[in-house]
Amino acid sequence: MSTAPTAPVTAPAEPLLDATGVAKRYGAVVALRDASLSVRRGEIHALMGANGAGKSTFVKILTGAVRPDAGTITVAGLLRADHSPAQARRNGIVSVYQEPSLIPDLDVRANLRLTETPLEPFRAKLDELGLPRLDLGRSVRSIPLASLRIIDLARALAIEPDILLLDEMTAALPANLSERVLETIARARGGSRSVVFISHRMSEIRLVCDRATVLREGDTVGVVDVNEGSEERIVELMLGEIAKEASAVPERGATAARAAETPPRLSVRNIAAREVHDVSFDVRAGEVLGVVALEGQGQDQLFDILAGSERPDGGELRVDGKAVSFGHPADAIREGVVYVAADRAEALLMQRSVRENIALPFSSRIRRWGIINGSREGRAVGGAIERLQIDTRAQREVRRLSGGNQQKVTIARWVAGGVHMMLCFDPTRGIDIRTKNQIYHLLRDLADAGAGVLLYTSELNEIRLACDRAIVIFGGKVVAEIDAADADDTTLLRAAHNLGPRATAAILGDAPAGESALGEAAG
Amino acid sequence: MTASAPAVEERRARPLRGILQRNGWTLGLLGFLVVLLVFTKVIQPSYGVSGIQGLAIAVLPLALAAAAQAVVVIAGGIDLSIGSMMALTSVIAAARMDDQSAEVGVTVVVLVLVIGLVLGAVNGALVVVTRVPDIVVTLAMSFVWAGAALLVLRTPGGGSVEWLRDLVLGPFGNEWIPRAAIVLAVVVAVIWIPLQRSRLGLSFYAIGSNQLAAFRSGVSVGWTKFLAYVVAGLFSALAGIMLLASTGIGTPVPGPYTLLSVAAVVLGGVSLAGGRGGLVGPVIAVVILSLLRTDMTFMRLNTNLATVAQGVILVGVVMLGTFLTLRRKAE
Repeated sequence: MSTAPTAPVTAPAEPLLDATGVAKRYGAVVALRDASLSVRRGEIHALMGANGAGKSTFVKILTGAVRPDAGTITVAGLLRADHSPAQARRNGIVSVYQEPSLIPDLDVRANLRLTETPLEPFRAKLDELGLPRLDLGRSVRSIPLASLRIIDLARALAIEPDILLLDEMTAALPANLSERVLETIARARGGSRSVVFISHRMSEIRLVCDRATVLREGDTVGVVDVNEGSEERIVELMLGEIAKEASAVPERGATAARAAETPPRLSVRNIAAREVHDVSFDVRAGEVLGVVALEGQGQDQLFDILAGSERPDGGELRVDGKAVSFGHPADAIREGVVYVAADRAEALLMQRSVRENIALPFSSRIRRWGIINGSREGRAVGGAIERLQIDTRAQREVRRLSGGNQQKVTIARWVAGGVHMMLCFDPTRGIDIRTKNQIYHLLRDLADAGAGVLLYTSELNEIRLACDRAIVIFGGKVVAEIDAADADDTTLLRAAHNLGPRATAAILGDAPAGESALGEAAG
Repeated sequence: MTASAPAVEERRARPLRGILQRNGWTLGLLGFLVVLLVFTKVIQPSYGVSGIQGLAIAVLPLALAAAAQAVVVIAGGIDLSIGSMMALTSVIAAARMDDQSAEVGVTVVVLVLVIGLVLGAVNGALVVVTRVPDIVVTLAMSFVWAGAALLVLRTPGGGSVEWLRDLVLGPFGNEWIPRAAIVLAVVVAVIWIPLQRSRLGLSFYAIGSNQLAAFRSGVSVGWTKFLAYVVAGLFSALAGIMLLASTGIGTPVPGPYTLLSVAAVVLGGVSLAGGRGGLVGPVIAVVILSLLRTDMTFMRLNTNLATVAQGVILVGVVMLGTFLTLRRKAE
């Protein structure tokens, strides 16, 4: 970029981007403790970390969207304090996100004017990325998402930034476009520019990146040269020393015996939709089935379909052996299939009491007889509250409860209503460990009472703690099924990255297969 | 003047069809207005030059209020203090101009425009800095501005300099062309066209459309929002001055302009969610709303009933618009 100061002539070892000791806390939550990143000129550098490692906060700081509490960032040896993406952009750091930052109500040309992007280089980059005949007068709203990602990237490349930051931009991109993107990025290698590349796909990292910096729990825990076999090292760093956990929920006795006798609580066959491709699995009565997936692998849509919020394009759902079709969550609830979301605010009436919140789906059921049966409601709700050990001091308004207790209320309402199949989407997100354990027990109790539970979790250890077995979803497909007893973090994380079995030799052999499966899925 | 920012450059590059599609709503409104004019002529055959003249004068202040509202709404906000800003600026002008010379009148106009900018800046600063929802801030400020207007003039009074009244009253050359219409066109064009073509104008659409994408595209969201309120303040002051010019007297109690401006903006095709629409639509909508009112008087409709009818038409048209949008999306 023209306004960026030219670097003094230095030894090639001098990093173009150097961030050290970066820290950031949000209230009591420490997002970054001591993060660092050093990117050489002409290098393509991967930034990696499991969910919650602090990656997104680090990216926000590098792009000026968030101010760090501590730490220094230098670009070409000059100290930077960017307070906005606009400033970072002027200083030569430009980012492209998974969600394109184009204004939907403007056309492409107006979007270019907004960021003062020159037209000709933009055209040239579009050609290079395989989108040559774009009508600049088209409204962004009318352009498909995948093309928008390419347009966003071309716009970033057109201003020739010193540092290009790609945040998950290839996730959910069709394979042919994804390849073009990687080729274009790879061409930057050895030049005067650097790329910071963030991706969940190990195969992409291996393909284009020179080195990888790994974050864990807010710290930079290692910098790895990317070459054959470095996946092992990266996964190891991402996990750290696996802490010994007390097994919270061991009792899984009766399940197997019972399972064989009855039809599955929920049977999913060949479900397909925009982000879900031919997914099939069963949840048996008395079973807690875990779902493991990296962000954005289609699990959101899968749960929406199962909960009745969205209709699939094809496939079949059966509840207790009976074929069902959900047009509305109410249909699913009528069949005893209920949904517990990660975001409690989606499910609760925050200003109302615990009692009313638990009674809500319950009373709408008996409303058919006219008036709400007060004592019957009272009995059912009282029982549910007792069972959940909800702190009764703040029962008047649900919003006064802690996040964990709020989540217990959302589960309790379904327990009170009698549930056949519970879908939980990351229910313990941001909840303290004690309440988490109570929730695991509750899910286990539900299963023991004959319900089926499907549990998506972003915390791998929950598979061991709460589940009987787990399925792994990658690129909208079920790529693995793992028994809870074998589900150590390494196995799960490798499966979630679609890396195949552990042996190093197999990684390389497996990779092309994984890649093509992915291409199929995305296309 | 075009109906929306994205259309600006397309006019030259794209065939007629594109223009029609992009400005469909505005053209529809224009068609509706023509039908309404014909209807008026049918039910009141004597409607002619004086009717048009009266219409233009009645429309002028409200059209500028609608322009003020449109700018803020495009940028994703809302301003409920426009009517009060009009009252305040108009009584200040009336009090200062009363029995003064033409030269003093010019000074007062400039002063009042600056006051408008300041009022808008206060609104904008409060919204951006305190992060209190705009609807609350501007509602509260509407009481402040209305109270201040009563401090300036306790009762309707004051007056306007002659040239200001001459500016809007009477025809411009041809008897069918009212001066008020020319003033409206010139004022809106002079402020809005350069603005719309600038990066600031684009930024209004950007923050109204998708704040995060705008932020990541390097738009300063806070400043842009602030400036949208400042522009609204300027338009409100112009509306206040034109109110004085058309009535010849300063009235400290705000008229129904705030809510009518919101109605005009909605009817004019500006999305209340922000990011979409322009200034031509709302201005045409104001003419339609005024003419509807006149027609109902011609039809000897009870005034209260006329208000009900106006509301029903507004709801009906907006529902039609939503329906068309949804159908287009479904396709």
